[in-house]
Amino acid sequence: MAMNHPQGSLRVRVLLFARYAEVVGTAEHEVTVPAPATVADVVTALRSDVPAARILPERPLCARNASQALPEDAVEPGDEIALLPPLSGG
Amino acid sequence: MPFLTSDPLDLEAMVASVADPARGALASFVGTVRDHHEGRVVTALSYSAYGPMAERVCHEILEEAEAQWPVRVALRHRLGDVAIGEAAVVVVAAGAHRDEAFAACRFVIEATKRRVPIWKRERYVDGTEAWVDPTAPGGLVPAKHPAASRARS
Repeated sequence: MAMNHPQGSLRVRVLLFARYAEVVGTAEHEVTVPAPATVADVVTALRSDVPAARILPERPLCARNASQALPEDAVEPGDEIALLPPLSGG
Repeated sequence: MPFLTSDPLDLEAMVASVADPARGALASFVGTVRDHHEGRVVTALSYSAYGPMAERVCHEILEEAEAQWPVRVALRHRLGDVAIGEAAVVVVAAGAHRDEAFAACRFVIEATKRRVPIWKRERYVDGTEAWVDPTAPGGLVPAKHPAASRARS
């Protein structure tokens, strides 16, 4: 399995919620990005992997391992990057 | 106890969880499901969340409130389908005096709406559905696949 991935790349799990999951058609997708990588790189990889994801904002609200993250934040192998639509609780 | 629950919210139990003989002021906020939005008749409402992050952020908000005022605060938010008129969110703040109880209660409900990753989907009397999105024109984005969206709630 590891042979499928070039050296110096890392795999992260992307989670999509609410309207984003609906428009992309999945709530979860794994992407492989060249290391080192940022949250923004993961969003870019998702958009290139999944055509339906191109209608998402280029810089959506994101979380890294359940904490709010900035586009320039570094990601580590095994991270969980979540794309969050505008919040509407309460 | 988790902040997010699929069960009906129990205001009395939440009051009991923060009440204390030294805290004579209890302020509560109960947000219930409205039957109208932007002039449309709402028949049902469903909440979904990023659970682990939502739990963590709720915990942080209560810590901030209890650091800022001498209070104890309880917070619960519903997940899944919530009927019209039912409570979707409840905050109870208990302090020695009303000033800090009101202030902490207000802080917690505002912070919850602004920071907790929860999303609301409305169904209307005509059968259509929409995502509530405060950044969208009119505050709503039409939903596309009523069945598929229920998978994660």
